[in-house]
Amino acid sequence: MRSLTQQPFRTAVLVLVWGWLLFLVLTPNLLVVGASVMTRDPGSFISLPLTLDAYRQLLNPLYLEVFLHSLYMAAMTTLVCLLIGYPFAWALSKVGKRNQVLLIFLLIVPFWTNSLVRTYALKLILATNGLLNNALMSLGVIDEPMQLLYTEGAVIIGLVYLLLPFMILPLYSVFEDLQEDYLRASHDLGAGRLSTFIHVIVPLTLPGVLAGIMLVLLPAMGLFFVPDILGGSRNLLVGNVIKNQFLDARNWPFGAAASIMLTLAMAFLMFAHRLSKRRIGEDGV
Amino acid sequence: MNRWLPRTYLTLVYLLLYVPIVVLVVFSFNESRTGYEWGGLSLRWYEALFNNRAMVQAMWNSLWLALSAATVSTLIGALTALALHRYRFRGKKVLNGMLFIVMMSPEIVLAISLLALFLLVGLQLGYVSLLLAHVTFCLPFVVITVMARLSGFDERLPEAARDLGASDFTMTRTVLIPVIMPALLAGWLLGFTLSLDDVVVSTFVSGPSYEILPLRIYSMVRVGLKPEVNALGTLLLVFSLVMLILSQWILLRSKR
Repeated sequence: MRSLTQQPFRTAVLVLVWGWLLFLVLTPNLLVVGASVMTRDPGSFISLPLTLDAYRQLLNPLYLEVFLHSLYMAAMTTLVCLLIGYPFAWALSKVGKRNQVLLIFLLIVPFWTNSLVRTYALKLILATNGLLNNALMSLGVIDEPMQLLYTEGAVIIGLVYLLLPFMILPLYSVFEDLQEDYLRASHDLGAGRLSTFIHVIVPLTLPGVLAGIMLVLLPAMGLFFVPDILGGSRNLLVGNVIKNQFLDARNWPFGAAASIMLTLAMAFLMFAHRLSKRRIGEDGV
Repeated sequence: MNRWLPRTYLTLVYLLLYVPIVVLVVFSFNESRTGYEWGGLSLRWYEALFNNRAMVQAMWNSLWLALSAATVSTLIGALTALALHRYRFRGKKVLNGMLFIVMMSPEIVLAISLLALFLLVGLQLGYVSLLLAHVTFCLPFVVITVMARLSGFDERLPEAARDLGASDFTMTRTVLIPVIMPALLAGWLLGFTLSLDDVVVSTFVSGPSYEILPLRIYSMVRVGLKPEVNALGTLLLVFSLVMLILSQWILLRSKR
């Protein structure tokens, strides 16, 4: 009680902060865990008895196929982001300081722009009579318009477009920290370019790679509006399944279980990221 | 070649990032209805936008929501950052952990957990539920922005204020608040933009009584092409750009 009377401001701050986080972060997350082990109820969404049915349903071949397809699209998105982003971040870190500020600004402008609108803009380009098809046909590359929209590829393009900055920024920060000394040392010790890349650059940038993967892979499974706009009904993400279960099918336990799978995936990636950072720390680098 | 290869590559990627945005802006001034062919310069889609009463209402709703969410999250976020920076208390790691979880967890996970909470406590979905949700996902970003500012700050200043007899509250008001002001503004602008842009969380926690812009756009773009969306997107783009430049300018100026 001493703190209450002596430091009313401190107490008020702590109560507010704790209150907010306990009520709007901890409680809701516990509710989801709770809902995932309850029984589906059409009236009140969930009811007793406790059961693991929802988790069993995750293994239902029908859903398993959707999940694996979603995981595949998310993995492809992550891979494409990494392939574009890694050399990009490297090149960015080599540019003069003054230009770097401007270039990073240009990188985050799209991030600050409405993501729905940007996804829609892709539709203008990818549609059957859209800009890309028109351009390719007038150049004589193709004779008939290609089906680009409502394909798996369109979803991956959309996800890459929205998530690329999240891959580049952590990579850029590790390349910024990469000191020339190590590269020179490696060269002086007789390593070739490839060997320096594999034994020095890759391990040193690994935490950035993992941070980027974490920031891309998980949203790439959750951004349900991308398949809604670009993918058609066959290219669904885990996010679409969760949304559908909560808002349309009203099967809360199943939706909750699917969301817990996503959370576990996040925990796993965070663990891997921490591990990679620690390893580098122990090597004295 | 060694100098030009990286530059060409950077340019190419930037081109890819900006082509859709440029297409959107250009087509927002397109007279043609079909949206693929150029039919001459026109402002008709902007006109259509502002003549649509439901759309204008959704714009105001979104603006009001973003304003209030940014303000509340800046207030609570700043207090959280101050508490984390200055106070020793039990469970500090837990507090940090919760903020980290909010920031890292996929939006959809946050969305369903909040929906479950609101339905459990019987809160009607509308402005209040949207506000609570938006403040929650903006909070960690404000905390991080303010913490970054506080970490580079001379610890002797608050001590001096205390020694001169200032109470905790007075010291916070006269010493700390001025120091973190730029971070507060930057955090506010970030919160404002995040709130205005959010689709995922809002889809779950909004009700028919309070329609907001992203959800209206969402229902428009799901089927076919709507030229009004080009106009709306262009307006939002200009708006975000102004906000972004403002926040960068504030941060840069405060560093000098």
